[in-house]
Amino acid sequence: MAENSNLKEFTKGIIKENPTLVTLLGMCPTLAVTTMAENGLGMGIATTFVLVCSNAVISLLKNVIPKAVRLPSFIVIIASFVTLIEFLMKGYVPALYDSLGVFLSLITVNCIILGRAEAFASKNKLIPSILDGLGMGLGFTLALFLMGSFREILGTGKWMGIDLHFSDPMTIFIMPAGGFFVLGCIIAVVNKLAKRKPPEKIGCAGCPCADSCAGCANEHKEDK
Amino acid sequence: MKSMLVILFSAMLTNNFVLSKFMGICPFLGVSKKLDSAAGMGAAVTFVMVCATICTYPVYTFLLAPFGLEYLKTVAFILIIALFVQLIEMILKKKIPSLYESLGVYLPLITTNCAVLGVTILNIDNGYNFGESIVDALGAGLGFTLALLIFSGVRSRVDKADIPETFKGVPATLIAASIVSVSFMSFSGMVEGIFS
Repeated sequence: MAENSNLKEFTKGIIKENPTLVTLLGMCPTLAVTTMAENGLGMGIATTFVLVCSNAVISLLKNVIPKAVRLPSFIVIIASFVTLIEFLMKGYVPALYDSLGVFLSLITVNCIILGRAEAFASKNKLIPSILDGLGMGLGFTLALFLMGSFREILGTGKWMGIDLHFSDPMTIFIMPAGGFFVLGCIIAVVNKLAKRKPPEKIGCAGCPCADSCAGCANEHKEDK
Repeated sequence: MKSMLVILFSAMLTNNFVLSKFMGICPFLGVSKKLDSAAGMGAAVTFVMVCATICTYPVYTFLLAPFGLEYLKTVAFILIIALFVQLIEMILKKKIPSLYESLGVYLPLITTNCAVLGVTILNIDNGYNFGESIVDALGAGLGFTLALLIFSGVRSRVDKADIPETFKGVPATLIAASIVSVSFMSFSGMVEGIFS
């Protein structure tokens, strides 16, 4: 039974609660780094690493951290792991490090990570927290890889650096405008396949940091 | 002076934080439903960006860099920003309640708005001096406000339009954002052309 529920924690993030395509969190890196499939994959793996590590540490420290200062503590834990992965990538994959640029540091403020820390890791034991982080991270990686593949194939006629011999690549797809467009279309397709009502509000309904998030605070205010 | 103007306008238009650097997408999509809340959010972000830059730049130059601790900048900056947002909130609440009324709801967790952390880190990465950093932060904030204001106008039309069921809601909003982003693309090269 216990193993079953662990498996569920792992798989829910990949499809059913995919952080990018279903709960619509972490939009900034999704749009910014996906000009190439490879960058998307790299960003996804870096985020997964931070997510798993921070989930594990936060789950272990959940009884030690006072409730009043939990958000700053989470952010410091997350930022430390981000610094760690920055070092690792600078050392081992410098090309990827350069192309991700400032967005590697910005993993710190990715709402998926803070969201999982607040909603899951701070309430659950170590093993489920790690699996949750792994599942969510893989879901994020998958979404980024998908976006990156679409944009790279349509925008440059290549995929993972392999030339597909397109006649006319449409450069607009690797420009910012193409990012918004591709993400919009992918979410529409996901909606269609899932045959469910499209989400009315961005993220906020399922967003665990709803109380502290600026956008949501405003909507809460309007609701009242 | 000229270079300051170039920095200001390129941060505002050509390198618009939302539409070409993809920072601060969450508030861009979340708070752009109404014109007045878009203006409030924009003002709050601009304010925090400039103040955060004023704090982070000296910390980096005089504290981290001399001791070879550059790698700590992510941790240090996010803490400064978090601290600062809290401080602004407390000061506004006490001293200027009217401003707090209008900006207050947007202040908490502007901390996790990646545009604020982004602008402080990019200022360091680009090697700007103190004055240039502040101008860049101001431009980024104004650009963010501009994008939010324009988009809230576009969105009020999109919400009323008759679109296929599947595309309603988020997908339509994203595609509208894509079209707004195309219009910002036409600024590229213009700013440098005017001031040089």
